Amino acid sequence: MSVLAHQLVYEQRIFWRSREAAVFIFIFPLLLYALLASVYSDDIDGVPSADVLLAGLFGYGAANTAFAGLAIILVGRRESGLLKRLRSTPLPPSTYIAAVLVSTLVTFALQAIALLALGVLAFDASLPANRLGFAGAIVVGVACFAGMGIGAAALIRSAEGVSAVVNVVVLPMAFLAGSFGPTENLPAFLEVVADVLPLTYFLDIVNGVYLDGDSLVADPRALGVVAAWGIAGVAIALRGFGWVPRER
Amino acid sequence: MAGAIVVRDLVKSYDGVEALRGISFEVAEGEVFGLLGPNGAGKTTTVEILEGYRLRDGGDASVLGHDPGDSPRALRERIGVVLQQSENVPLLTVREVHHLFAGYYDSPRDLDEVIELVGLGEKRDARVKTLSGGQKRRLDLGIALVGDPDLVFLDEPTTGFDPAARRSAWEMIRSLRLLGKTILLTTHYLDEAQQLADRVAVIQAGRIVTQGTPGELIGATRRTEIRYRRNGETTVVETDEPTRVLHELTSQALASGHELENLEVRRPTLEDVYLELVGDTVDEAAE
Repeated sequence: MSVLAHQLVYEQRIFWRSREAAVFIFIFPLLLYALLASVYSDDIDGVPSADVLLAGLFGYGAANTAFAGLAIILVGRRESGLLKRLRSTPLPPSTYIAAVLVSTLVTFALQAIALLALGVLAFDASLPANRLGFAGAIVVGVACFAGMGIGAAALIRSAEGVSAVVNVVVLPMAFLAGSFGPTENLPAFLEVVADVLPLTYFLDIVNGVYLDGDSLVADPRALGVVAAWGIAGVAIALRGFGWVPRER
Repeated sequence: MAGAIVVRDLVKSYDGVEALRGISFEVAEGEVFGLLGPNGAGKTTTVEILEGYRLRDGGDASVLGHDPGDSPRALRERIGVVLQQSENVPLLTVREVHHLFAGYYDSPRDLDEVIELVGLGEKRDARVKTLSGGQKRRLDLGIALVGDPDLVFLDEPTTGFDPAARRSAWEMIRSLRLLGKTILLTTHYLDEAQQLADRVAVIQAGRIVTQGTPGELIGATRRTEIRYRRNGETTVVETDEPTRVLHELTSQALASGHELENLEVRRPTLEDVYLELVGDTVDEAAE
């Protein structure tokens, strides 16, 4: 078995053994979907609310799993000294990061499948109009938000504060981008904020492939904004991410 | 044969403060070498340069024939590192953590053998978070050994241990030496260095103030202490000629019919030598 596969198996084992991660990262978006889909029963702009919310929670799930989840994992492991310890082993850093990213992708793909199953079985939601495009959106979402997550890990110093910090980013972003339902009548300044958030553009892409059957690359501008955020995160990480604890 | 570790004139500064001011020493293959010194003396900086965590500003360093500054994979295959503080993966079992780390090496040792060696056989299926502090340190040692390294770095391996745990850790380190491992040990416990190390270097303020076998260091001061009580008061005589002084004392006592109460002849320990050295350099620095 290659070292990448070996590390990936352990990443997944560690993830599913952690009750906090399994509940907060995996279950929470599903729970929110069930809650919101029960509340909104009418159509939203002529589209069944179960479908609109499924796309919205898919976007929230991507940000939550890849951005928040990855930042929490990396900061925790850096501050506990585990990353420093790994650096003295022959495990190549690139292999380690690759395993962590693929593990995040696996987790989010499972979540997307669970979300679809929940929507279709319990709320009569539709299957994706463009299935291949929807699968592609899983990869695009993880790539963008994981890039931002690694960037955030480079900026956040303390393991205690990391959960709070990432949630202060993710929850308002999901609300403004419309993950939890359409955001009409936003004050002008919040409208401006929403217009630069990566999740806003990621949801445009998801809505395109899921609801309208568009191609994944139908909206190059949205794809460009999403890619720019991911690249910005990676650039910050390349400048500032360290393997040794920041505190002490 | 070249030494496992060769260090020449190692220099390192942090923000203009000199942490290492020209450190030189050599560790032979199969040797247990102790770096002794007070906190902040430069022990950890030296070790972290050799482990590949920090880059030196000047001087030469060779670890198993490699430049640790490049930290090549071939070198990382052959070293084992026990850090001062590191939390391992709390949700994995003892055996799983060993298996995880073993997967990073080309030719790892037998997992169960390593787990037995560090005395965690009964805990092999226990999750790491349920281990006591001492057991976690043994786990650190276990995963440092799982790649079957030729050279093991132990940074203050028994800090915070109770006396019984220290004794068993010492036994474990002695058994590593029997396996032919080279060991670089840092410690601020003098008895630990005296018990375990073949040779010792004392670091003080970024310089090595002395090095040699514990016996040589102790032998370097010829002083012997003679203590006894007379008229309820303890008298201490320090001398380079214990035979003569003792003879004079006992002759006098016999002649006058007195007993030398609590008579004690004591050779200096490594601790005495160390305190003398460290104390001296502190004084010099202050002048």
